Amino acid sequence: MPTGAKSYFELMQWGPNGWLDEMVFATGLTLIVALTGFLLGLVFGGIAAAGRMSGHRLLERVSITYTTILRGVPDLLVIYLFYFGGSAIVTAIGNKLGYDGFIGVPGFVAGTLAIGLVSGAYQSEVIRGSFLAMPSGEIEAARAFGMSGLTLVRRIVGPQVLRYAVPGLGNIWQLVLKEAALVAVVGLAVHWAGIKIGDVVLIHETRFSDLLRQAHVAAGSTRQPFPFYITCAAFYLALTTLSTWLFRRAEAWARRGMRGS
Amino acid sequence: MKLARYLLAAAVATASLAATADAQTRKVKIATEGAYAPWNFTNSQGKLEGFELDLGAELCKRAKFDCEFLAQDWDGIIPSLTAKKYDAIMAGMNITPKRMETLAFTQPYAGGPHGFMTLKSSPLAKLPTGNYNLSKDLASAEKAIDGLKDQFKGKVIGVQGSTTNSAFAEKYFKGVAEIREYKTTEQHDLDLAAGRIDAAVMAHTAATATIDGPNGKEMMIAGPAFRGGILGLGVAVGLRKDDADLKKAFDDAITAAIADGTIKTLTIKWFKIDLTPQS
Amino acid sequence: MDVQFMTDSFLRLLGGIPLTLKLAFSSIGLGLALALALVALMRQPIRPLGWLAHGYVFVFRGTPLLVQVFLIYYGLGQFRPFFQDYGLWWLFRDPYHCALLALTLNTGAYTAEILRGGLQSVPAGAVEAARAFGMSGMTLYWRIIAPLGFRQALPAYASEIILMIKATSLASTITLMEVTGVAHKLISESFRAVEVFLCAGAIYLTINFTVTAVFSLLERWVAPDLNAGVTKP
Repeated sequence: MPTGAKSYFELMQWGPNGWLDEMVFATGLTLIVALTGFLLGLVFGGIAAAGRMSGHRLLERVSITYTTILRGVPDLLVIYLFYFGGSAIVTAIGNKLGYDGFIGVPGFVAGTLAIGLVSGAYQSEVIRGSFLAMPSGEIEAARAFGMSGLTLVRRIVGPQVLRYAVPGLGNIWQLVLKEAALVAVVGLAVHWAGIKIGDVVLIHETRFSDLLRQAHVAAGSTRQPFPFYITCAAFYLALTTLSTWLFRRAEAWARRGMRGS
Repeated sequence: MKLARYLLAAAVATASLAATADAQTRKVKIATEGAYAPWNFTNSQGKLEGFELDLGAELCKRAKFDCEFLAQDWDGIIPSLTAKKYDAIMAGMNITPKRMETLAFTQPYAGGPHGFMTLKSSPLAKLPTGNYNLSKDLASAEKAIDGLKDQFKGKVIGVQGSTTNSAFAEKYFKGVAEIREYKTTEQHDLDLAAGRIDAAVMAHTAATATIDGPNGKEMMIAGPAFRGGILGLGVAVGLRKDDADLKKAFDDAITAAIADGTIKTLTIKWFKIDLTPQS
Repeated sequence: MDVQFMTDSFLRLLGGIPLTLKLAFSSIGLGLALALALVALMRQPIRPLGWLAHGYVFVFRGTPLLVQVFLIYYGLGQFRPFFQDYGLWWLFRDPYHCALLALTLNTGAYTAEILRGGLQSVPAGAVEAARAFGMSGMTLYWRIIAPLGFRQALPAYASEIILMIKATSLASTITLMEVTGVAHKLISESFRAVEVFLCAGAIYLTINFTVTAVFSLLERWVAPDLNAGVTKP
């Protein structure tokens, strides 16, 4: 270690002299990015699964193309596409629809959209699988009772699919959580204006990056990369372990009352 | 109900006040890298600082703009300008014909030589020095470069990607040395310190900042200084091609800043030498 | 859609394929060896060794690959004097070695989990029957547990290989010019992300389709009755 290197505890202080507060806030941003991406993926995946099972040839083809491409191409490439090309794509679509100006795509949107699209491709397979695993008799019986449309989905299809999908979705959540690290490469950052009352600053204005980016910045600034990347890994490990525990409980709850759990 | 009407009236009043205020000063967003000391960098509080931040404030004052600086990674800085995420780029960006295909540039507000940075312990530290201008006298510059090639055989050169430095390295050293592209100058500085690369091609101003910094004791500028030609025609403000009035305003402001010595003062403050562009 | 540009981009991207494939298959091969060692550790009687293996798998599956890459390339670079003293610096100096190490350690953990799952799923009845015949130890392993277990693990392993091929794209973050690295450079130079994405995406899809087709055949060969149509090309 070079002389004058600070000890780990000196580096990881809360407040202006250490980096612990930045790392913790960055973990928060990572969690938000992952959550937003995962939820977007649920939407995309649900739509894709519905399209795949709709019976419409064209819808099925589109759905299959979507899931195949987004699962076969590296996530980093998709993130580059949205980060560098996002504004161009959205503006082009806007122009086609008659809007003549620009439409900017902020970094957070680009990153979470990319993650959402990739995870959606995987989630559509899980949702489709769980739908197929559901006993078909349930739907028949529900229809026999006169249920249809939204009620059918809300009362019968939804809960059942969720029950079978929880393990698969749990795996995909773990993937999304780790995928959120990739936004470090494109420098996704969120500007936080802080909280002020009049002239009194409660939380100062700052820029948040995600956990890996923050570690990278701290490493460059202090010239001591190892402590920061180890801390970054430890925080991620905490997040994934917490997620595993939560999903195990969710699984147990989802399978309550089912035989042979 | 009365409260609602009251609030609505207040909102309309504030909005119209803001509108009239805006009508007088134009808001201009300027992007910078925030990782290229001493031109632009992020200080320990997370705020942007540097030569271009000071100069930008001066230019905007003269042009009567309300300017806001924001940080943007280098590899996305031009596409985001075209996509109108911001209106101008002040990021140590050189004028090059290739960039002029996509952007418009103002007149240059600073310039400086480029060269190699190596470790003091490296054999490359003993490279011959010299001063060459690739625009004014390409022949002798290329002759000097040819003389260097032997020393670089089998070595590794680091450059920041998509810069005039990377263009220079690729044009003259491809096939001679291994060229590695990095996302930021800081990354190739780190790898130079770690002994992963033998030399970095960069602007002397940035090299000096690294050498004066915390880990630069082992480093030095080696070899000849080059400017012009493929290394660019000076650092200027990057603008969208259709923004003619913005270009005129900035050009006028830069002329004024050169004339009254502001640029000389600021460059001496940040670079310790006068980098005012010679016409 | 500029066809000339896309053709030029495509040709430049092809230059990145050798490095992509080299990284992918070297790390998959080394990772498989590591995984076998880990599974062996997990299944033998000295408990602490088993915990070590499980702990390793837990850490490497619980942290993002990109963090592992940065930790090895930048983090370990901090200890250069130490490594140089022991003549080990050559290992970490080259970005290729660092990427290979990170990918190997990562896939080793995931593959170990897959193999463990496969071995666990071997029907207890089959093992009992074999023991009734007097089989034990290595013979039991070679003849019954391993073949059945690995056969079961094949579809999951096919997925892991596809994931590894995609994972090589992360090597571009430490200056390696495999396909994604070249794509990034092209996008930076031309600002045309969509066209470059289409070309680079096509290359990855082709590689992945080929691998999937090969595995489909492999699965069919290994257990025609059970595995027809498990991994779809």
